[in-house]
Order: sequence, then C-alpha cells, then structure tokens
Amino acid sequence: MDIMSLTAVELGKKIKAKEISVMDAVKASIEQIERVEKDVHSFVTIDKEGAMKRAEEVQKLIDDGTLTGPLAGVPVAIKDNMCTKDMLTTCSSKILGNFRPTFTAEAVLNLEKAGAVIIGKTNMDEFAMGSTTETSYFGATKNPWNLEHVPGGSSGGSCAAVAAEECPYALGSDTGGSIRQPSSFCGVVGIKPTYGTVSRYGLVAYGSSLDQIGPIAKDVTDCATILETIASYDAKDSTSIAREKYDFASALVDDVKGMKIGIPRSYFGDGLDAEVKENILHAVKVLEEKGAIVEEFDLDLVKYAIPAYYVIASAEASSNLARFDGVKYGYRTEEYEGLHNMYKKTRSEGFGPEVKRRIMLGSFVLSSGYYDAYYLKALRTKALIKKEFDQAFEKYDVIVAPASPTTAPEIGKSLSDPIKMYLGDIYTISVNLAGLPGITIPVGKDSKGLPVGMQLIGNCFEENKIIRAAYTFEQTKMYERPEIAKEAR
Amino acid sequence: MAKQYETVIGLEVHVELATKTKIFCSCSTEFGGTPNTHTCPVCTGMPGSLPVLNKQVVEYAMAIGLATNCEITRVCKFDRKNYFYPDNPQNYQISQLYLPIARNGYVEIEVGNTKKKVRIHEMHMEEDAGKLIHDEWDDTSLVDYNRSGVPLVEIVSEPDMRSADEVIAYLEKLRTIIQYLGASDCKLQEGSMRADVNLSVREVGTDAFGTRTEMKNLNSFKAIARAIEGERERQIELLEEGKAVIQETRRWDDNKESSHAMRSKEDAQDYRYFPEPDLVPIVIGDEWIEKIRSRQPEFRDEKLERYKKEFDIPQYDAEILTESKHMADLFEKTTAICGKPKKVSNWLMVETMRLLKEHGMEAEDIRFSPENLAKLIALTEAGTINSSVAKEVFEQIFETDVDPDQYVEEHGLKTVNDEGALEEVLMKVIADHPQAVADYKGGKEKALGALVGQTMKAMKGKANPGMVNQKLREMLKD
Repeated sequence: MDIMSLTAVELGKKIKAKEISVMDAVKASIEQIERVEKDVHSFVTIDKEGAMKRAEEVQKLIDDGTLTGPLAGVPVAIKDNMCTKDMLTTCSSKILGNFRPTFTAEAVLNLEKAGAVIIGKTNMDEFAMGSTTETSYFGATKNPWNLEHVPGGSSGGSCAAVAAEECPYALGSDTGGSIRQPSSFCGVVGIKPTYGTVSRYGLVAYGSSLDQIGPIAKDVTDCATILETIASYDAKDSTSIAREKYDFASALVDDVKGMKIGIPRSYFGDGLDAEVKENILHAVKVLEEKGAIVEEFDLDLVKYAIPAYYVIASAEASSNLARFDGVKYGYRTEEYEGLHNMYKKTRSEGFGPEVKRRIMLGSFVLSSGYYDAYYLKALRTKALIKKEFDQAFEKYDVIVAPASPTTAPEIGKSLSDPIKMYLGDIYTISVNLAGLPGITIPVGKDSKGLPVGMQLIGNCFEENKIIRAAYTFEQTKMYERPEIAKEAR
Repeated sequence: MAKQYETVIGLEVHVELATKTKIFCSCSTEFGGTPNTHTCPVCTGMPGSLPVLNKQVVEYAMAIGLATNCEITRVCKFDRKNYFYPDNPQNYQISQLYLPIARNGYVEIEVGNTKKKVRIHEMHMEEDAGKLIHDEWDDTSLVDYNRSGVPLVEIVSEPDMRSADEVIAYLEKLRTIIQYLGASDCKLQEGSMRADVNLSVREVGTDAFGTRTEMKNLNSFKAIARAIEGERERQIELLEEGKAVIQETRRWDDNKESSHAMRSKEDAQDYRYFPEPDLVPIVIGDEWIEKIRSRQPEFRDEKLERYKKEFDIPQYDAEILTESKHMADLFEKTTAICGKPKKVSNWLMVETMRLLKEHGMEAEDIRFSPENLAKLIALTEAGTINSSVAKEVFEQIFETDVDPDQYVEEHGLKTVNDEGALEEVLMKVIADHPQAVADYKGGKEKALGALVGQTMKAMKGKANPGMVNQKLREMLKD
C-alpha cells in the first residue's frame, strides 16, 4: 500500500483499524523524506529517532484505547516558527540556529494530545518574512511540481512537504497569506482561521496582531479535522477567543445550494494572470452550477491593504524581533567589544536582508514624528477594511479571490524586487488585516503545469461556510499529485 | 538686590505593587531569592511566550487612582516602549503611554499649616526590569530576571511643588495612601518606591518655566531633600553666570552630595511606543469602579479625626498612630480587645517608638500581635507586674511576640504582694545598711530611696515599690 498517498484522515482510519501501524506510517514518511528531500528541501530539522520512539508510545496508547481521535498516530510536520520543547526551533534564521525551546506551542500540544507524531520542522522564509521560502538561512525550498520554481511562502516548507508527500499534513502560520499562497503554489489545501481561533502561545511572533496558525493538507476534510484539533481557547494567549463551537468537520457537506458568493471586481482586474483568472472563474462556475448564487461586487479599499499591512506587520516585527540580541539564547557574534558592539554584530550577522529590511521599515514607521502619519493611519485603514468586509458579508456568505496574481515564480526571480514581491500579497493580506478566515484549494493548473489555487474568504467565525464551499468544489475534482510524489514508490 | 528664584518641582514616582505574582505571568514577586528562580518563559522574554495581565495589578492601580482623585480611564491599553538593554529581556517594556489607567487627580498636602493641592497628571501600569550585576573582576555582567515583570505603577505629578518640604510632604502623602491600600510597602531604601525629581528654577514673578533636569537615584527622603537643594543651587549658579541650564538626566550621588549628567535630551532615545498587540484593551465599567471604591479603607485623615473624637487621643499622638496603617491597625485591634485606648496609645507612642528607633525599623516592620499587647496591659492594670517588669516583658513581646502571661509565669516576674516575705527581706536590708538607716533617721529622706533600691534588688524587681516604700517607713518609725 502507498501509505504516503493517503490523506491524514484516511491514514488515521487505517491506523485505528490496525491495517497500518504507527511505526509503519512514520517509516513511510521518513523513507519519502529521504527520497525527495535532497530535491525539495522542505525541512530544517528531521527527527527520525524521536519520531520512531514517539510512534511506539502512540501505538501503545492507541492499542489501550487512550487515543481514539482521527489523527492518532499520523505523522505531522511543523513549521519551524512553532516552539517544540527541546527540539530545534530556528525560524529558518541564523540567529536562532541553535535554539531549543523550553516549552511546546499550544497548537502543537493540542496535536500531541491527539496522538500526532512530529516528524520534523519545516523550512520557511526567515521569521516568516517572504513569499517564496527563499529568505531561509538554510536555503530555498523547491516547488514539488517544478523544482525550478518556488513553493511560495512563508510556509513553503510545510506546503512542499505535503505536496511531495513527505508527511500527510503540516502546520503553517499565516500573517499575510503565508498558508494560503504557498498552498496555492503547491496544489494543496490550507486554512487561515479567524484571528483568535488557534492559540499563538509558542508561535514565534512576526506580526502579533495578524499571525494565525493553520492546517495544510491534501484535502478539505483533513484541514477541517486538523483545525478542529488545534483550535482551542487558551488563557495563555490574551487574544485567544473562546468560540461557541469548534466543530469544523460538520461543515464537510457537498451542498452549496442558495449560498451567496461574492466576486470582488477589483480582485479580477489588472494584474491578475489570465490563466489564474480563468481557472478560478471556472471553479466559481462549478459552484454556481451546484446551486450557489454568484454576484460581482466592489471591494475598493483593499487597494490600501498592502501599505497598511507592511506598516503594521513591520512595526510589530521590529519590536518582536528585538529580543534576539545575543544575550539570552541563539546566536552571539564571536568577537565584540562591549555591549552595543555585541548587539550590532550579533544582529548584523544573525539576520538576513529581508528581515533587516522589515526591522528598519518597522522602526522607521514607529519613530517619533512618523507614528501618526504611518502607523496610526495604517491602523485606521485596517479598521476601514474590516468595515468594508463586514458590509460585504451582510450580502455574501463567501467571497472568492485568487491567492496570488500568478502561479509559482521561478527561483531567484523575486527577491531582487521586494516591492513586486510585496504586491504579490494583494489578495491575501486584507484577510489578515480584517481577522477573517480564508481557505485555499487547488482548482487547476496553468500551461506550465503549475497549480492554481482559489481562495475562499469567510466572515469572522464562519469557517464552516468556506469549508462547505471548498468541500463541495473538491467533490468535482480529483486531487492531483506531482510526479515527485509518485515516482520511485 | 540679588534676584529671587523660585524652584519648580514635579515628580515621577514608581511604586512596586504588592501582588503575589508578576504583572504578566504567575511567577512569584518575592524579593531576593536565588537569581533566575522566579522566572518563566514570559518574564525572560522567550520566543513564543505571551503576556497575560494580572487583574490584581489593575485593581491596585484603580484603588490608587481613586484615592488620589484621578479619573479612571474606561478603555485603557498597554503600549510597548522599545529600547535595548539586557535587564529587559524582550528589549521592550510593556507600559502605558496613550491610554494610561488614571489621569487628572490630586492629593492635598500640608506644609507649615498651609494646605495645598498637588495635581497628578497621570498614573500608568508597567513591568519592572531585571537586575544587572557587574562583575568588576571578570569584566562581565550577569543578569537576574527575578524582578523582571514585577508590577509597577508610575505616578506623574504636575510641576506643582516649590520646595523640598512640599516634595517630602507629597511623597509621604502618597506613601501613606498606598500603604493604607495595602498596594505596596513603599520602601525607598529597598526600591519599592522610587522618585525621580524634575526640577527647574525661575525668577520669582515669571510665569514661564525654566529648563528642567531630571534627577535619578534618590534612595531616601533625606537624599531627595539634599538633591533638591543641590540642584537648585547648581541651576541658580548657572543662570547667575549667564549660562544655560541643559535639559538632561542627572544622577545623584548622596555620598558626594553632588550629581553628574547621565544623558542629555539630544541623546534621549526614541522609544517607538505603539499599542501592545499581545494584550487586549481593558474595559472598566461603572460596576468595577464601584466595587473597588466600596473596598477602599478608611484613610489617614479620616482615621486621625476619628481617634481624636472617639478615643480622646491628642492631635500629635493621633498623627503618629495613623502614620502607618499597620500601626493604626495595631492600635485599633489592641483597643478592641482591652478597651483601654490611652494605655494602648501609650505603649505604642513611647516604648514601641523607642524600640523601633533603636532597631532602625519602621512601623511596617512591627511583628507583635495585638493580643499580646492587650494581655500585657491587663497584667499591669491588675497589678500582677510592676511597670519596670512590664517594660522588660514588652521588649520580649516586641522582639519575638511572646505571650506575656506565659513569660511572666515562666520567669517568676509576678509582683510579690506577700507582706511576710517582704518584711523578712526588709529586716535583712535594714540590718545590712546601718549607715543608710542612720542617715534616714537623721532626716535624710534620700537615704530611703537607697534602701528601697536595695530591697527591689534583693527581690529581683518583683516587689511592689509602693508597698516597699510604705513598709520601710513604718519599720523605721522608731
């Protein structure tokens, strides 16, 4: 049996039915990693021994009936910005290259309680700053569909690992599209939940008011199931929200009859690649044929989302990343004279160029005399964008958007023009600014054979609507696997 | 005629709040402790950790705000103050800039029979930093994060004070209010209360403020008074010489009785304040404010008036008894048990104050219980022990809170009222001191005192001195 071609939920069922042992599942995952990792480079850390040991423990807990959940025994990969006790957590940065946390992130703990086996930590853009996974200190991750192309970012390692079937599912984090955009580039499914749904405790902060952890997997069923497992109210995270319901799997219904779908005109105009547009509009047509009511509308303020986002996220990042100073943990420069020289050299050597750019940008917009003009204005813009979405959701259940203007670009083509790279986040960042949930599902491929994803955006706490719409579309289309996942097995 | 100058002073007072746990985590706030043992991922700034606000901090801050006539901010928020220093593990301090918890208050002070209002500009909540220890031998520095995250409030006054006396009166007023609330012990020496003095001078009659300096490192009221005097002189001297006062932060050295510049306004840091995204705004409704208000204790001014009225205690005594809430509580509780306010007041005013002074302690440090003081008063009232024994027993109560009944019993300190036993001793004293007896009989009244003294000594102080005196006179009549 090809274990790695299974979805997480399918694998969980077979483990429960004793058709596959947890050890076999972990072995299959490790074998696939060993097979493709040299090409794809999804991981920063692979914990072969730890995973095998944990597999035996989990198997016992399944056997004695302690663990009964759908994800018990299923291997998982964790983005390397989530703390895992005693296991390297680098954020793909030199400055945390040797950092082993003293505690595990709440979302990961929730997975562990459900019997997940952590197989390793995935590569990412350094401190989640980037849209290609090329800013990683440990080298770029490749797109499993075409190794010459980027997997997207910043959760590129997690998405590539799932697409290349190195693991059945992974966790990512999304500050401005970092789950949805690489999911789209890699042809997998990813959800960015409503802000406050998944605890941020143990997630190394980039933009605290925007960051949210979410699932990445091969299908909507997996994502709903994983989200149900990782979501929880956590008193340790003051921005965590106690939701009435954490029941997302109940939304896995093949029915969109009467569902109102809004298409923002501004999202399908200039700047959107024709093939991407065609694929998404085709998917919308499918939903319409299944009974959804589709309507175009204006969502104008989103054009201000990019500047607002880069001001807010960079400002928060400039402060969040101040703690990496060589004093307490992580990298410290080898030679220095005095405290200030140590700070300067450590941070100059420890951070990559994109991180430095955002720290400088953030420090600038917060500096005295500029705060009102930039930061406060950005906060106001954020509030207005939220309001515009609120109005839209009075009319629509779901808003359809691309996840990126193009399919995955070639490696080495993006970093030279940061502004262009930032503009690539146009369709994803307003969702973070407004705190909304969003899901990306694969809807087709372009002429280069690269996946195209469609983003479905819901109102706050209405994940179930976007899950239902995504699930309904998914029933019309087979999941496609890249060659690298299939070959040699 | 020489120009007349006026000193203008405003204070920034930091007060460490007496919560059991830190402001954003559940680590202990206990002072001391092995370095880095009262720490966790939050107060050491570990990646991924998040702050959770301690509600008690807000309630103490609200209580102080209400007691100082402030407006409580109904939607208040925390902000990050960004600066790099190793005692600050995140390299930002969580503080309040834009929406502090309380604003626009005042306290009333009295100096030389003149009452005056000192306005409070604002009060905000923030976290304390850790402590750096510099190892001069090894050229290294160590950091202890036990204090990191201990809750503080900073109370910022308007520049309303004009003299060191007013400053001390203001600080004493704040300290009394906060101590009465139980919100802090406010010890300057231990750093649980810290005051930075903003001072400028101007010619009498002018309205515009002069350029101010900020003085730090003031660890006692005396140091504050000396620093104010010193800085006033320094600034006047500059102005008289035609030089300008530079806006700067200065550090007071109380040993040298002088200050030196730490940093000028030019190299003042840009703290890049912005709203703390990890904490949600605190919404304070009427109900919450009323709850805090209803719990406010009787403050010193009211208490003082009540003591005068209810217990007939003189003004001066009432002032001392109410100076600290601890002393006032002791007074009230002991009085409630024994029903003798004057006696209780006397023990607290005289012996307690003497022993505090001797030990270099403050009223807050008193550890004996009202029960034992009440028992002691009962023993003296019943004539079971005499006053000199009572003082001796009180010292034991003060030191180790002994039970006076038990102590008197165990040490055989009861006054001997047995006439037969006394007569026996008296006869021996008379026989042993013929000269004194002769002197007394010869009319020297003083000689009787010597004989009383000898008798008390022979009876180890347990005799009733009045009875000894009377008996002696009788026996020496012929």
